[in-house]
Amino acid sequence: MKRLAVLTAAAAFAALLIGALLDLPAATLDLRPLLAEAMPVSGVAHPVTAVLLNTRGYDTLLEIAVLLVALLGVVVASARADVTGDPGRTLAPPVATSADPMVSALARLVTPLAVIFAIYVLWAGAHRPGGAFQAAAILAAALVLLHFARIVPACAAPSRGLRIAAVAGFAIFLAIAALPLAGGALLQYPPAAAGLLILAIESGLTVSLALVLAGLFLLLADDPGGRR
Amino acid sequence: MSSALLYAIAGVLLFAAGAAGVVMLDHLLRRVLAFNIMGSGACLVLVGLAQRSGIPDPVPQAMVLTGIVVAVAATGLALALIRRLHAQTGRVDGKGEEGRDKGETVAGLTLPVPQAVAGQGRDD
Repeated sequence: MKRLAVLTAAAAFAALLIGALLDLPAATLDLRPLLAEAMPVSGVAHPVTAVLLNTRGYDTLLEIAVLLVALLGVVVASARADVTGDPGRTLAPPVATSADPMVSALARLVTPLAVIFAIYVLWAGAHRPGGAFQAAAILAAALVLLHFARIVPACAAPSRGLRIAAVAGFAIFLAIAALPLAGGALLQYPPAAAGLLILAIESGLTVSLALVLAGLFLLLADDPGGRR
Repeated sequence: MSSALLYAIAGVLLFAAGAAGVVMLDHLLRRVLAFNIMGSGACLVLVGLAQRSGIPDPVPQAMVLTGIVVAVAATGLALALIRRLHAQTGRVDGKGEEGRDKGETVAGLTLPVPQAVAGQGRDD
């Protein structure tokens, strides 16, 4: 009965929303001309990258903060009740079974290529689709593949170095964002140096985001006893 | 009807399906999946509507890119919380104690209930 009611409500909601979409008036605010105007001083040639890291840099800055908070939440939620103190160690439980040789071979083959591809995608972000997020996703995927090949262990808690590296991207972004505060506003890069600053931010973000994304997976992969 | 509008409509359908799933499903893992489908639908609506005039608008595209990353992080956190809940209580459904007494389970995904409840150290 409840199922029927929910399905009816969802269908009615969808029909209503589709009806609204179909006779939606044209947008009253068009940001494209504004963005096209700002492109020459944005420091990059690709509009999405310009929006992400220059004109709406505030969103991206806070997004990285959200990611770090999520990682912190995963660390806290994964903390074991029987482990007190010594959060710095990474726990590598002895794995009895070795990885599939095919997975190992694939991981060893793919990882260097993934690193090169990530650097290319990061560099390409300035003038075509690409950028820090995509590059970080590729790196994180490589890390997860290495985990499946039993080369990178799952960790119960990130070590000090890993924690610093995961925060570094946000710290670099925040520092560069705060740099223009002396003479202007937050995130108001000087146009002459904008390209270089954005590349610096993106490089830092790539490493940190890759660690955060892979960390989300590896922290969850360390299973203290979820399945008994 | 332009193809962009078609994407937006597909997004609405995904969102409605996901919303129904969040309300209907008991298993928390399925609920997280349904929530992700809702998020994908919202992103599709944003991107689809933004280019219904034919020329894509980079601002919503950047917003969706941001949204995807946040959704991944939120999903990771939700999974960690579910795992914690299971480790402590042995439950993976969103019901309270009274709902549990009726013995309703979601077929296929219900994990075995561990012997112990809270307040006990690990024994392995």
